[in-house]
Amino acid sequence: MSGMSMSTAPAPVELDRPDVGEDRSADRPWLAIVWNDPINLMSYVTYVFQTVFGYPKPKAEKLMLDVHHKGRAVVANGTREEMERDVEILHSYGLWATVKRDD
Amino acid sequence: MNVTKAGGALRGPRGVRIRLEPEEAALVRVLMEQMLELLGERPGEDGELAALGIADKAAKPDDPVLARLFPDAYQDDAAAVEFRRYTEMGLRDGKRDAAATVLGAVGDARKGADVMLDQEQAQVWLRALNDVRLALGTRLDITEEWYEEAADLDANDPRTPMFAAYDWLTMFQETLVRALW
Repeated sequence: MSGMSMSTAPAPVELDRPDVGEDRSADRPWLAIVWNDPINLMSYVTYVFQTVFGYPKPKAEKLMLDVHHKGRAVVANGTREEMERDVEILHSYGLWATVKRDD
Repeated sequence: MNVTKAGGALRGPRGVRIRLEPEEAALVRVLMEQMLELLGERPGEDGELAALGIADKAAKPDDPVLARLFPDAYQDDAAAVEFRRYTEMGLRDGKRDAAATVLGAVGDARKGADVMLDQEQAQVWLRALNDVRLALGTRLDITEEWYEEAADLDANDPRTPMFAAYDWLTMFQETLVRALW
């Protein structure tokens, strides 16, 4: 990430998709992960986390710093469908995000 | 370029006012036009799936800029392709709309620009600017040390104006985020 100093999306259409057997197995949630990149501004990433997830600024900033320093961070968890929706919105903001099963 | 908080009855409590000099508006205009060209036209909606924004098949783009604008959402290839089938068209539409919105606002670049935006409209600008910055940064193969690298560039290096544009976009985007906070 880049920083100068320390520092409506279109609603995706909800679609029915054929169930993949493993989605129905209980407990293990799905995760949305954001990856570091050298282009996105730290301030912008923080703002996106606040806007997309409604996180208060300190939490958004902490997550952004995790992405920046550790290379990646888990920014949300939930059902697979929820995480796909979140990742799609993050992509609309130009962040690099992926969906992963918790392990 | 000047970005100020601009609240009030018409724009709501968290609006912004963006003022651009003529050269700046001209730069924004060119960048948005290039983005629209890169994104291409919306493909014809043959069939029910396409009308819903679902592609027949979908592969990660070869163009590194498009690949960065539409990255894989899964590390598993098959899952990534499925996700892309369902989402890339819609994402492309959103990015196309954002670039077109900004392009429409800078209008006649000779006069510069002076726009009042509410929070939501400003977010459209932010996304459009970020897309353009991603495109430029990818073309320039930007790293975390880009500022130092740019300083070493020869004035005749063809990348110099691109770095200058990237630098200006960085300032603009940073200023806009801070005005929205």
